[in-house]
Amino acid sequence: MNGKPLVSIVSAGLSKFGKLEGLYTREIFALAAKEAYDRCPKLDPKKDIKALFVGHMGESYEHQGHTGATVADWAGLLHVPATRTEAACASSGAGLRAGIYAVLSGLCDTVMVGGVEKMTHRSTAEVTEYLAMASDYPFEQWNGITFPGLFALMATAHMNAYGTTEKDLAMVAVKNHYHGSMNPKAQIQKEITLEQALSSRVVAWPLKLYDCSLITDGASCVIITKSELARKYTDTPVHIIGSGQASDTIGLYERESFTSLRAAKIAAKQAYEMAAVKPEDVDLAEVHDCFTIAEIIAYEDLGFCKPGEGAKLVESGETRLGGRIPVNTSGGLKSKGHPVGATGTAQAYEMYLQLTGQADKRQVKDAEIGLAHNLGGSGATAAVHVYRRA
Amino acid sequence: MSEQVPFTIEQFCKWASQGKMMGGKCKKCGKIQFPPRPLCDNCLSQEFEWTEIPTKGKLLTYTVIHVAPTQFQSIAPYAVGIVQFENGSKLPGMIKGVSLEQIKIGMPLTMQFEACATTGQWPQWPRYHFKPS
Ligand SMILES: CC(C)(COP(=O)(O)OP(=O)(O)OC[C@H]1O[C@@H](n2cnc3c(N)ncnc32)[C@H](O)[C@@H]1OP(=O)(O)O)[C@@H](O)C(=O)NCCC(=O)NCCS
Ligand SMILES: [Zn+2]
Repeated sequence: MNGKPLVSIVSAGLSKFGKLEGLYTREIFALAAKEAYDRCPKLDPKKDIKALFVGHMGESYEHQGHTGATVADWAGLLHVPATRTEAACASSGAGLRAGIYAVLSGLCDTVMVGGVEKMTHRSTAEVTEYLAMASDYPFEQWNGITFPGLFALMATAHMNAYGTTEKDLAMVAVKNHYHGSMNPKAQIQKEITLEQALSSRVVAWPLKLYDCSLITDGASCVIITKSELARKYTDTPVHIIGSGQASDTIGLYERESFTSLRAAKIAAKQAYEMAAVKPEDVDLAEVHDCFTIAEIIAYEDLGFCKPGEGAKLVESGETRLGGRIPVNTSGGLKSKGHPVGATGTAQAYEMYLQLTGQADKRQVKDAEIGLAHNLGGSGATAAVHVYRRA
Repeated sequence: MSEQVPFTIEQFCKWASQGKMMGGKCKKCGKIQFPPRPLCDNCLSQEFEWTEIPTKGKLLTYTVIHVAPTQFQSIAPYAVGIVQFENGSKLPGMIKGVSLEQIKIGMPLTMQFEACATTGQWPQWPRYHFKPS
């Protein structure tokens, strides 16, 4: 491939992210679906949407599995083939890839891909336990290792190898909260100071409260179609021009490196090659900042800087709005929130807004090429997509 | 050690309850599968022989967990790390017998086997932790 569109996004929707009291998973998904329908009046959802893929990580939260059929019905899509995709926090990033398979196979012209999670009604200890299910059971969970713990293991290793500091990590949080302060759908729309971040309580040393993403309720979706059909539905489609997905060992301990994620590097290479795009061509990115260290490692894995120089990149301000390559203009998982199953297509939603000039106060000027990087677990899944303005 | 003994995680636990750390060495390509697995991820062979893994190693990375899952809340904060044994194999585990401030990357650690977990929420498997050598 050579940068030609694989598929095109013709619409997108996102629920408010945060504590959505009184709403069930299916009801939250319906909010995102409705926004996508309203944004694209030329598309008849009941007639045109031929399949639904929905990322959803945990049935423990609501004692409800079988999410595909459930949310299809509540989204007004009863009887479409509806499938849940599960790859931990990359559930909807992997779902997007599945949607691309469906469209490119020729079996479906147009499909909806989304994701949803309802988490805030559970205690933090319960959420911590459910999230840890995405890590290795017999050796990681069994030894009391949590998700913040896994990324803390990477942070300690990165600090030891490259001299990255707790302050460098905090700078990622400060930047993403600044971006999130301009996103009316973000869970926390408040700027924070470096001192606040550095003095927050420890969750898994060296990671503190402000190094962690949030526990969030929310849903997201995009409607993708064959690129030849895109103009039938909208004058402003966004093309997906590269897609990569890879897996790695479920246990972090089995990997050679704890300072880089192989699956992310493989997925990025695939997506860049397919898109015929180089890291320096990327105008903005949404990366999986489930923890601040993950954003620093993402810079390095995606080739935005050399290995070990992620901390320098955040310090330089180049990844802040107005910089060379703004990262996580939505506020990221840190400030927008992280309803785990919804995160992959929430990144796609931000790409859609940015590349159609609808990102308002946080709009990146003249953005042409965007990239989204979605991780599952401690990096046992990675999905990377490259987007281009039409 | 006969070939009838399966190369599985359950078998790892059985060895551990006898105070031994055992891995499966692939008879075809020589790769040591640790924890043991029934299928070699390298050459796809199912033929292994048991090999003892040294219990001494060094700490590659660590963290101190303050916000714990339900099952571990009563013992938080606790340290966990990834240890590389003398043969190159790795495992994660809790680090005990040293004050949290004294834990350092590179420090020598030895595996200690423990009795079964006692909380009802977890399987009754033998446990282990690491302590300074
Ligand atoms: C960090 C974490 C443990 C904090 O949970 P907690 O200790 O129960 O915190 P609480 O829910 O009691 O919140 C206390 C306050 O801190 C805020 N807060 C909670 N988490 C926060 C976070 N990550 N960043 C900033 N503020 C946060 C809350 O909004 C609340 O503020 P308020 O008092 O003004 O309402 C939790 O957010 C967490 O587990 N995050 C990581 C989620 C995760 O692992 N996701 C998967 C990644 S792969
Ligand atoms: Zn082999």
